[in-house]
This record gives sequence, C-alpha cells and structure tokens, in this order.
Amino acid sequence: MASLDRVKVLVLGDSGVGKSSLVHLLCQNQVLGNPSWTVGCSVDVRVHDYKEGTPEEKTYYIELWDVGGSVGSASSVKSTRAVFYNSVNGIILVHDLTNKKSSQNLYRWSLEALNRDLAPTGVLVTNGDYDREQFADNQIPLLVIGTKLDQIHETKRHEVLTRIAFLAEDFNAEEINLDCTNPRYLAAGSSNAVKLSRFFDKVVEKRYFLRESNQIAGFPDRKRFGGGTFKSLHYD
Amino acid sequence: MSFLIDSSIMITSQVLFFGFGWLFFMRQLFKDYEVRQYVVQVIFSVTFAFSCTMFELIIFEILGVLNSSSRYFHWKMNLCVILLILVFMVPFYIGYFIVSNIRLLHKQRLLFSCLLWLTFMYFFWKLGDPFPILSPKHGILSIEQLISRVGVIGVTLMALLSGFGAVNCPYTYMSYFLRNVTDADILALERRLLQTMDMIISKKKRMAMARRTMFQKGEVHNKPSRFWGMIKSVATSAPGSENLTLIQQEVDALEELSRQLFLETADLYATKERIEYSKTFKGKYFNFLGYFFSIYCVWKIFMATINIVFDRVGKTDPVTRGIEITVNYLGIQFDVKFWSQHISFILVGIIIVTSIRGLLITLTKFFYAISSSKSSNVIVLLLAQIMGMYFVSSVLLIRMSMPLEYRTIITEVLGELQFNFYHRWFDVIFLVSALSSILFLYLAHKQAPEKHMAP
Repeated sequence: MASLDRVKVLVLGDSGVGKSSLVHLLCQNQVLGNPSWTVGCSVDVRVHDYKEGTPEEKTYYIELWDVGGSVGSASSVKSTRAVFYNSVNGIILVHDLTNKKSSQNLYRWSLEALNRDLAPTGVLVTNGDYDREQFADNQIPLLVIGTKLDQIHETKRHEVLTRIAFLAEDFNAEEINLDCTNPRYLAAGSSNAVKLSRFFDKVVEKRYFLRESNQIAGFPDRKRFGGGTFKSLHYD
Repeated sequence: MSFLIDSSIMITSQVLFFGFGWLFFMRQLFKDYEVRQYVVQVIFSVTFAFSCTMFELIIFEILGVLNSSSRYFHWKMNLCVILLILVFMVPFYIGYFIVSNIRLLHKQRLLFSCLLWLTFMYFFWKLGDPFPILSPKHGILSIEQLISRVGVIGVTLMALLSGFGAVNCPYTYMSYFLRNVTDADILALERRLLQTMDMIISKKKRMAMARRTMFQKGEVHNKPSRFWGMIKSVATSAPGSENLTLIQQEVDALEELSRQLFLETADLYATKERIEYSKTFKGKYFNFLGYFFSIYCVWKIFMATINIVFDRVGKTDPVTRGIEITVNYLGIQFDVKFWSQHISFILVGIIIVTSIRGLLITLTKFFYAISSSKSSNVIVLLLAQIMGMYFVSSVLLIRMSMPLEYRTIITEVLGELQFNFYHRWFDVIFLVSALSSILFLYLAHKQAPEKHMAP
C-alpha cells in the first residue's frame, strides 16, 4: 500500500498563525491539543482520492511539509530552509485573520519558496518586492488559508474578508477561512472541503497529468474581471 | 523666568527622545509583528525618554548648562517618574499581559495581575535585606529605598552583560576561533536531513493508510476511553492501534533527530557566512579589533580581581588622574579646570553613547531570538524594564568616572547610598560572569567539531 504515488505540498506562514494545527487537522481529522513551536520542518501525510466519485478515481499520498520560522530570520536559517523547497508541487499559504502583518508577509513567503524553482525559466527576480508578473507566470498551485476565524468579531468580519479576497486574487488562488480548533469547518460536503479537494486535485493534475503543456513562459496571464467565478463572501 | 526656559528645553528634549524610542520600536523591534496594544509601545518609549533625559542632565551638569536649581529640580522629578514606571507600571503590565495569554485566567485578568504585582513587590523588597546598601534611617517609601534596590538589580545586569560581552566580543571578532566548514560538510548534513525526513514520511504514510483502513472498517481509532470500546478491543484484539503507537514512538524519535540536524545545518551556514565575511576588508578590520579587545578583556578581569582581593576602590576618576600624571611627570602645564571639564564631557559622553547603543543592539538581538507573536508584548515590556534599570544603575556607576565637583549633584539627588558597595558588587559579578562565559564558550567550542565527526 506504500506504493501509491506522492505529491509534495508546502505549508508556509508566519510563526504562530496555526500551521501545525491546520496540518494536524487536515491529516488526522483531529484538533491538535498542545501546539508548540515548530523547529525546522514537520511533515504529515494525507491520503487523498483524486477525482473522487468518478471512474478515474485514484488514491494519492499528499505530503504536507510544515516549515517553521519567520520571514525575517537570519540568512543562515533561510538557506537551511531552502533545502525543503525542492520539487514542490503545491503551496498552502497560511495567515492569521486577526493579524494583518501575517497576511502581508505572505508575499515574502511565496517569493522565498518560488524563487527556488523559478531560476531555470529566467524570469527577472526583483529584490523581494512583490511583483505580480512573477505570480502570473507561476505554475505551482497556491491556496490561501486564513485561521482564527472565531476570534474575529461579527462586526469586523466583512472588512476582513474583503481584504482577504483581494489577497487571494493577487496570488491567483482560492481562499479558505476557518478555525483550526473546530473540525466542522472542513466537514465533508462543506464548501471549504470542496475547495480543498479541488486544490489537491489541481496539484495532482499538474504533477502527473499536465507535464507537457504550459511550459511556454512569456505571456503573463492578465487578470480577467468577470471571467470565471465571481467571489462571494459566504462562509458556512 | 529662567526656570521656565530651562523646563521648556528639558521638555522638548524629552519629546525628542520619546519620538526616537517610538521609531526604534516600530522600525526595529516590531518590524515583523503587528502592534495591537499601543500601551506597550507608549511604555517603552516613555521609559527610553526618561532614561535618556537622565544622561542628558549629567552632560548638562558637566557643561554647566542651565540653572543649577532647575537642574536639581529636574533630576528629582526625573528620578521619581522613572522609579514610578520601573516599580509600579511596567511590572503591573507585564503581569497583566502574562495573565491574558493564559486562557483559563482570562476572565479575572485584573485580579490576577494585581496578585502578580504584589508578589513582585514582596520579592523586590526582600532583595534589599542581604545587602548593606543604606543606613536604616529612611522611611519605607523614600527614593533611597527604591533606588537602592533598583540599583542592585541594574548593576547585576550591567555586570553580567559586561562580563559576557567582554569575553564574547573577541570570540566573535577573531577568525582564529572559526571552525573550518566546507561546502561538502553542509551538503552531507543536508542529505542526512532529507533522508531523515523521508524516513519520517514513509512511517507516516503507513500510519495514515492504517488509520484509513480502520476508519473504513468502522472502528473507533481514538484511545478507547469508553467502557464498551475497551471491552471490544480486548475481545477483537485490534492490532492496528498497537502498531500505531509503536510507529508513533519511532516517528517521535526521528522528528527529534530532524530538529537537531536542522539546527546544526543552520549553524554550519552561519559559520560559513562568517568565514566569507572575515575575508573581506571589514572582516579583517574586525579581526584586528578582536585582538585589541581580547587584551582589554584580560586587563579588565585582572583589574577586577585586584580590586576584590586588595579591597580597593578607586578614589579619583581617570580624568583627574590622567591630568595629574601629565602635569606632574611629563611637566606639561595647562589649564586644569578647563581641560578637565571638556575631557570628562567627552569621556562621559562616549561612555553614555556606547552603552545606549550597545544595549539597544543587544536587546534587539535578544528580542528576535526569543519572541513569538504571542509573547512579543511581554518580552518587550521585560526589555523596557531591563533598559530602565540598566540606565539607572549606569548613572550610579558613572559617578566614578567624573571629577569631584560634578559628582555632587548625583550624591545630592540619590541620597546616602553606599556607592562603594555598588562598585564592589559590579566587580564581583563581572568576574563571575566573565569566567563563566569563558568556560561556557570553551565547552561549546570543543563540543561542536565532534558532532560533525559522527558518520
């Protein structure tokens, strides 16, 4: 049974946003009782059914690599972290809904992870400043997850969620907002679970089925307003 | 009238210092975090502002700026405010933020933080008993009582930092101590790290698959805490859960190993960067400075030992001694009063600036190393407390470096403290700290190469 194909997904974000709790919830369907500081990288595995319910259903192992630390770490720590960024198939960006800085730091996190893989295509890399062109050209599927939803007061929810919607659009990614101490947000059949499943499917596709296409770098995808799904701010 | 002008000058400078502390807080300390409690930022900046004002008053004393009675008044006022902050406000807020982090005590935050503050006050008061700090003719809540205790804590901190800094500085500057690290070493460690991660992953895959099959068969995979679950597990003897705990233990051991490997790799990268830095021009300059500082460090340890063994406290300050030597032995005549004023101003100014700068840099490094988003408030307040106590005791000790005529204001304002005691205490703690840092660095240095020898 260990001969299933595997896919590697990074889980990035500032320290204290809840990455370890999230990974524990995703992989073991249980709430993490005593979260503590992650030193280095902790890995967990989730078994995922690709194209569930269809005749092409196949089971894959999804490795979730939870990399600890902060964006402002010393460059020696950053160089050490870089060893985990090899051959990544998907990235989950985690931020804290109650902490604006953590969502701003997501740009730097994604650049740190993507710069490792962008080298061969010869894309110009700016000095860590956010550049939308780089993300438009990016092949690796991204997912933005906001945690600690329960700590946001009802009245401020709307403005926070609007801000997050813009953030997710910048990354050209889906967004999920939840509370890692409550498994009901990812209950089977909820829209969050559907988005998660879609994301993992996309990761598996990009890795195993769409190898040949989309290797032409040069035409950045412009944002298409009105095309595709219009984001509605509903939550279960 | 002149009092008003003097006060306005003092207040303007205080506002300037406050602004500087505010900027430092925002740009340096909290640049990766979000400031949600502005109280913390205000307290930090206020502590910084009043500490710097004390130094400013010393400089004014030497230069003779402002009216002497208004100087005295501002000294007293400054001291009162700083003591109020250090003994009442900051500890209370530290207790408050610690308590708000603990979920259980969230409801009665104020009550518990008051309790914490009372405990702090009790120990703070008891601190004065074993030390012969001052004559027992003063009241309970006088400035002298508070300052004496704050002074003891601050002097201990200063001596600890000084001792460690004096030893660590040549150790980091000189490239003689740098271990040789090649790229091959780093690659080998990285390979081991990735291998360990792969082993962890394969074990976790087995666990995930086992859990999935158990779940599909309808078993409860939690620890059987219910009565019926226990009976069932005895009867049907589910081997799955036992295997899981075994594999989980192996995974825990492997994860610990991966953490160790990660930290070692980061250490190697840091050493490699230092080696590259030491080859640059700046690096060579610092290497040279390192030799110079090591001589200075040895001399200071020697002097501290002599002071303690022979029980001697310097009576005259370096400036007057230097001038005496120049006048008496070298026969150079110059206006003693004029020069002593300027030289002591420069000397004291240098001491003040380097100690402020050194402390802020150390605090920043410390803060980056240990803070996380939950504890950042508490740590910043602790740093503000340390900074305040450090600066207050700097004032106590700086008295030694000034000529007699300028010492009077400090003696007047601070009352009848036994200043000699503080110097002796500083020497003792400095010696202890320096020697234990040497021991600690020696052990750390010895242990490191052996780790890489292991296959």
